[in-house]
Amino acid sequence: MDDTERVVIKRWLAAVPEPLRRAGYVLLVLGLGIPLLLRVMGFEAIPATAALLRGSLGSGYAITSATLVRATPLILTGLSVAIAFRGGVFNIGAEGQLLAGAAAATALSLLPGLSHSRWNPLVALVIGATAGGFWAGIAALLRVRFRVLEVISTILLNFVALYLVGYLVRGPLQEPLHIYPQSSTIDSAARLPRILPASRLHAGFLVAIVVAIAAWWIVRHTAAGFRLRAIGANPDAARVAGEIDVARTGTHAFIVSGAIAGLAGAIEVTGVTFALYENISPGYGYTGIAVALLARLDAAGVVASGLLFGALEAGASAMQRDAGVPAVVVSIVEAVIILGLIVAWPLQSGVGSASRASEATSTPAER
Amino acid sequence: MIDQVASRTVATAFAEATVRTATPLILASTGELLIERTGLINIGLEGVILSGAFGALVGATHWGGGSVLGLAISACAGMLIALIFAAATLGMGADQIITGTAITLLALGGTGTLYRTLYGATGSSLSIDTSARLAIPLLSRLPVVGVALFAQPAITYVAFLLIPATWWFLEYTHAGLALRAIGENPAAALTAGVPVNRIRFFATMVAGALGGLAGGVLVLSQAGTFVEGMSAGRGFIAIAIVVLGRWRPLGIGLAAFLFAATTSLQYVAQALGLDVPYQLILALPYLLTLAALAGIGGRATPPATLARVE
Repeated sequence: MDDTERVVIKRWLAAVPEPLRRAGYVLLVLGLGIPLLLRVMGFEAIPATAALLRGSLGSGYAITSATLVRATPLILTGLSVAIAFRGGVFNIGAEGQLLAGAAAATALSLLPGLSHSRWNPLVALVIGATAGGFWAGIAALLRVRFRVLEVISTILLNFVALYLVGYLVRGPLQEPLHIYPQSSTIDSAARLPRILPASRLHAGFLVAIVVAIAAWWIVRHTAAGFRLRAIGANPDAARVAGEIDVARTGTHAFIVSGAIAGLAGAIEVTGVTFALYENISPGYGYTGIAVALLARLDAAGVVASGLLFGALEAGASAMQRDAGVPAVVVSIVEAVIILGLIVAWPLQSGVGSASRASEATSTPAER
Repeated sequence: MIDQVASRTVATAFAEATVRTATPLILASTGELLIERTGLINIGLEGVILSGAFGALVGATHWGGGSVLGLAISACAGMLIALIFAAATLGMGADQIITGTAITLLALGGTGTLYRTLYGATGSSLSIDTSARLAIPLLSRLPVVGVALFAQPAITYVAFLLIPATWWFLEYTHAGLALRAIGENPAAALTAGVPVNRIRFFATMVAGALGGLAGGVLVLSQAGTFVEGMSAGRGFIAIAIVVLGRWRPLGIGLAAFLFAATTSLQYVAQALGLDVPYQLILALPYLLTLAALAGIGGRATPPATLARVE
């Protein structure tokens, strides 16, 4: 009877949807972890936590102008990472691809003739995505042709992109007075429209949602999505049994991933900052990795985890402003969430074997 | 005559900058080499270095121990982060890349938070006495390379000696052989009675200490202060250097110097007043590393279980 009992318990556990269990865990970490961490650091936990909640969810304005605006680039970089990792491509370079997209979108938006066109924002987004895809394409080429581990090449390219932006805003794209290391402000016609009155929420948020839905549908329901999942799960089987061109599919995933990150950069410029400067991204590309992992590389989940991280970071800014708690506290919370997740729910199909496909890592530790 | 003096000054500055930049890279990448020869990869080296840098600050200011204690604390801080990596990957079988990413995030947030909590939110720049230089008689008075090579803080000599020491360890000691065996074929090593997990754990901890020291060097013998995120990608560079050095100690030493020399070109460009955009010179070492990685692409032989290149 023991066995049947065990089966019953297993079935019962399986009936609780896995994402729900994960959400419970995350809420637990947030609800207990943040006040506890604040307490340990010697801050007053309750007012600080209250400031965090007020700044992220406290009012309609906080939700739309802080949380959703902040979540937009995180959803996109999260999707970028999720698609690459799904296909066994360890693209750690969303940050650089985002910067490439932001730089290209700025350059286009500042072209004299174009700046009064109604279509300009749309063109800027396309150009930004292209630049991001191109930037990822460099690493993709190095991976396929020269077997350079993409984990390393994308990180190196992040630094190159950062210095490139630094050069652009002090050189060709610098504002006309040549005082500040930033570009001119782009014309109002070149900006993304606001979608709600009396808020900073811009059309880029809708773009991010549309991209997420498209990504979800493509990965789940199309042949290309199947190939992506197949090479991520087991490249050898995909090659032999599925007759899939692993290198080609991986390269496509890599470039699409870069394009989505580039799109995020273009949206930041045309929807939020309206100018290019060096610190335009407070690490959106790196946080995107956390967003994707929390969502277990599922596009629909990325929207949820992107919103969560957006709220967390928006709240952290408010907490720093109102309660004097350094906003970097959030990085600790993010790290704890990821570490807890990878220990409690080891990724079996997606990332675990993706490391094998990318040839970047070894086997998991033999015991 | 004046031109000659000037060019000698530039060459001296270049040589010194090269050695200064190479020191933490040698420490960190030698540690990473040990891990990778056991078949693991710690992408979180960046976080290890950053924690080491912060540990050095705490050691030098709070316990007032100066640079020796500062370095000891920085090694401990690095080992602490490495311990988290070991616990997650070796202990619980978590994915190495994801764990590495997470511990870098953790170190970034942790050191930033602690820094602001302990030293004030404004981040008023703290100044620490940098380590005393240990000049070797006669040799330190050689032209151009004298100061660069022979009048350095003691830790620089340690880093230099680490290269042949690691080579000797890997080639000629029993433990070194065991370590290499694990990277090539863990199952066979286990069958032969090699304690695979224990050696992997030790390698991870030694690498943690070395990575921490690399961070300590940044604070104690270079910057003289701590800045949030001051590791500035050196952890990732060190990982690239391991590949560039083809997983061999001597190769790694060479690659570290190559990278450091390219980085130091900025001083030459400044001194000569070259009209090259500063940011492009800063990007040069990264581009060069990429090009070099592409160049050795198929010919490097990583430990068999690290990168399964057919």
